[in-house]
Amino acid sequence: MEDVIKSFAETMVLRSINFSLQPGEVAVLLGANGAGKSTLLRILSMLTQPDSGSIAVYGKNTAKNGPEARALTGSVLHSPMLYADMTIRENLILFAELYRLRNIDDLIEKNAVKVGIESRLDQRVRTLSHGFQKRTALARALMHDPQLLLLDEPESGLDSPSVLQLDNVIEEYRNSGRTILMTTHIIEHALEISDKAIAITDGYAHVESTTTRSDKSNVLSAFSRSFKKTSGDL
Amino acid sequence: MKESLAVIWAIGRKDLLLETRNKDIIIAVSAFALLVLMVFTFAIDINQGNAKLIGPGILWAGIAFAGVTGLNRAFALEAEGNTLEALMLAPISRDLIYIAKMLGNFLFITAAQVIVFPIFAVLFNLAVLRWEMLVISLLTTIGFSAIGTLFAAMSMRVRAREVMLPLLFLPVVTPLMMAAVESTSHVVNGGSWPDISRWLQLAVAFDIAFIVVSAFIFQQVVED
Repeated sequence: MEDVIKSFAETMVLRSINFSLQPGEVAVLLGANGAGKSTLLRILSMLTQPDSGSIAVYGKNTAKNGPEARALTGSVLHSPMLYADMTIRENLILFAELYRLRNIDDLIEKNAVKVGIESRLDQRVRTLSHGFQKRTALARALMHDPQLLLLDEPESGLDSPSVLQLDNVIEEYRNSGRTILMTTHIIEHALEISDKAIAITDGYAHVESTTTRSDKSNVLSAFSRSFKKTSGDL
Repeated sequence: MKESLAVIWAIGRKDLLLETRNKDIIIAVSAFALLVLMVFTFAIDINQGNAKLIGPGILWAGIAFAGVTGLNRAFALEAEGNTLEALMLAPISRDLIYIAKMLGNFLFITAAQVIVFPIFAVLFNLAVLRWEMLVISLLTTIGFSAIGTLFAAMSMRVRAREVMLPLLFLPVVTPLMMAAVESTSHVVNGGSWPDISRWLQLAVAFDIAFIVVSAFIFQQVVED
């Protein structure tokens, strides 16, 4: 991501965002409310156009090769974005077809087991709790085996066993050499499972390693100081 | 080409599935259009003399206002769960999403016309169940869906969506509705095909222009 700028009306949310992630890395996006974390994830998901700057996903420029870059990306954003009057299976079939996947039935079963929704596949989304809807969104994001997984507060609405299941998915992804970028409101937990922290402050990205215990502790205290300052400014 | 058709079919089939479950759009469009016809039938003393004069206008006004209701509903379902964004996450061109949504709207408005036209024929005692009307309906509904899908997507993010869509859309679609009314007038008054087709040329030009322009603009409209 190079020199990405994004503003809404008069407010400049992202001033100059520069960072890169390597295959097999898990990175956590940190920042106070309104810092631009979700905007950044939406830009990477290609739902929002940046004002300027360039983004490449595994070498595919998102502006020039949008469909190719989207094929490499899986996203779970704030809203589960599911058709409420369709069953989980029907939702997953639709998106499998849009991603032109083969062996759709097997893929659905495999990913449903991975996120723990296999017993609810034929239930309409409208009848599901927010947690199950979030898990379905995760299953959809995993269906095409993306190289880059974007997760916007994936643990929200999930119970403790489901959060553990999510950790397993993240670990499996890391071990298979794929990249994960996530936001979270459980910062301590996110730092435990991440390799890198990207803090968004005043529209700029500050990248810190979180591989060692002291790295994690430094990032946590720096983030707390910055958060207190931002909260004080509000 | 085959892959594009498969994507359009997948999105279109999803819209059909949701419509068979909810029956929101076809019922809303048919009911609204029939209501307009009934109101005019009671308000004006329809007779053999004035039916041919005012009937075509009432028919297409009813379909236009009812069609707006259908367009609103079609995108309200996408707005409800942010599902248009889910479609945009897929590795497909935005044009295909536009074409699939446009075809869905075309089918639902056409289905409503299948209900409305025979009732109009009976109420106004006009012979509209003719092949010329099939051509007029087809060309009008294509243009109506093409521009309507774009405007419905535009108004999706606006707070007063139900108010904004007709305000933005109806002035733009007026030339198409004029062509529909004039050509229908020629049909019910026993006009010749050259008379009818003169107005249909306007509809064809409108359809081509707006399908191309709308498909191009749709991408800018749906992205932040």
